[in-house]
Amino acid sequence: MSTPAYYLPAGLPQPVPEPDGLDAPYWEGTRRGELRVQRCRACRGWQWGPEWICHRCLGFDLEWTAVEPRGTIYSWERAWHPVHPALRGRGPYVVVLIELPHAGGVRMVGNLLGDPMQPVAIGAPVQAAFEPHDDATPPFTLVHWRRTA
Amino acid sequence: MDYSPPYQMRNVIPAWERDASGPRSIRGRVAVVGVGETTYYKHGQAPEPEVKLALRAILAACDDAGVDPRAIDGFASYSNDRNDPSRLAAALGIPELRFSNMQWGGGGGGGSAAVGNAAAAIAAGYADCVVVFRALAQGQFQRFGAAPPAATASGEAALTFPYGLISPAQRFAMRVMRFMHDHGIGPEAQRAIALASYHHAQSNPRAVMHGRPLTPEAYDDSRWIVEPFRLFDCCMENDGAAALILVPAERARDLRQRPAYLLGVAQGSEYRNAARGHNAPTYASASFTTVAPHLYAMAGVGPKDVSVVQSYENFTGGVLMSLIEHGFFAPEEANDFLTLDNLIAPGGRLPLNTSGGNLAECYMHGLELQIEAVRQLRGQSPNPVPGARVAMVISGPMVTPVSSMLLGTEDVL
Repeated sequence: MSTPAYYLPAGLPQPVPEPDGLDAPYWEGTRRGELRVQRCRACRGWQWGPEWICHRCLGFDLEWTAVEPRGTIYSWERAWHPVHPALRGRGPYVVVLIELPHAGGVRMVGNLLGDPMQPVAIGAPVQAAFEPHDDATPPFTLVHWRRTA
Repeated sequence: MDYSPPYQMRNVIPAWERDASGPRSIRGRVAVVGVGETTYYKHGQAPEPEVKLALRAILAACDDAGVDPRAIDGFASYSNDRNDPSRLAAALGIPELRFSNMQWGGGGGGGSAAVGNAAAAIAAGYADCVVVFRALAQGQFQRFGAAPPAATASGEAALTFPYGLISPAQRFAMRVMRFMHDHGIGPEAQRAIALASYHHAQSNPRAVMHGRPLTPEAYDDSRWIVEPFRLFDCCMENDGAAALILVPAERARDLRQRPAYLLGVAQGSEYRNAARGHNAPTYASASFTTVAPHLYAMAGVGPKDVSVVQSYENFTGGVLMSLIEHGFFAPEEANDFLTLDNLIAPGGRLPLNTSGGNLAECYMHGLELQIEAVRQLRGQSPNPVPGARVAMVISGPMVTPVSSMLLGTEDVL
């Protein structure tokens, strides 16, 4: 049995939905290759991260909308110091903050796939890359990003 | 999502708040009369339990002030300090406990707010002698710079930890990266801030980095922690405790030291600063854009009146944004303003972190900065700024809530 190739080594904290269920639809969406964001049924405003109330109109009727999984790099960092035992020996890796202009400008945190020493440009276009961890208990899927032309 | 920013409106200070001597201002009503600290230790090297360090710092501050420890009737702290005021009051044999206060929020953002809360209690008549304290012995507990041992992450952490975005340095690097990108700020600006702290620590025997000078070359050669932060852009982690004694202004004049009067304190954060997953609308910020105008309005002074600044260095990039948000220079001026010569006592344009601060004196979660501000106004700093009359402390950039404060000598009132 081959070990799946993950961007970061297994052993980092695994994402689990909150006990009150607030973000469960997001994590369920990632398992299906969907990037879901909260949207208010009343004022149609986008909201991310998740909350139980719409911050614009204060309505509680929020839906989960699958959005096109592409965006632009809003900011980034290249991490070198291994702050977790699972990262020892991994070497540098790139974390990006991606803005989704077609979903109200909400932002998503992920890793930028490819050479960790690649030049990274704020404003560059990216596409989501779903990374399923089917061997985890419980299974989960991360959302990474890849540069597009 | 509507990011139409109501936060910009917060910068318009209402007329009643612009009356610094009005009834809803702390200006001139409360003074810091005592400061004290334990020996500052490297992380994990404190020879005594954390609570004992807290007690020692409180007694040292009382001794400095000439105040009987039994006169303390209130306690204020921040960042979930583990040392409960009820235990401290029992341990110290305090006859009557009247005020126990914990400022919400983590990191060092509550340092100035805790002083403000203590002062507010005094001004409102809840207490007469309040100690603000912070004790840390990270060797005895979980340290800040390492990942917690949990196997799972939920809530905000679920959106970041699995991507290796875990430690405070990693959490804040992208804010600074974006700010430096937006304004064309180079790495020399951060370097100058680190060099200033190390420069000042060399004259401060209390400093953990006393006798360990930092050269520009050593900074440039230091390893990356997370770009744009090198090793020397990041605070130390230390063990120790620090405390300040506050009393009403009318009592302060009769005590042992020259009083440092509170001119103003402000705390808070910007519009939706805590929106999860790095969705703060004003992302490239130290979180002071709304706080600083309130501080100046209450204090009745402006940036040009400030003699010396202590600005919490979790990371040098946070100091850079804090100084800009407090109006000392514009983002476009950062490369020119942030030079070592401009930042050092006695003659720099804006002497910064004159005890060595979190980078080189001690990471006492920033409370060593309040102590240094008081010492500057007394002329007791290891790097005195001649004639210092107004001293600023900026606490915990990039967290929420943050806080900042201004102290002044009697002739400023």
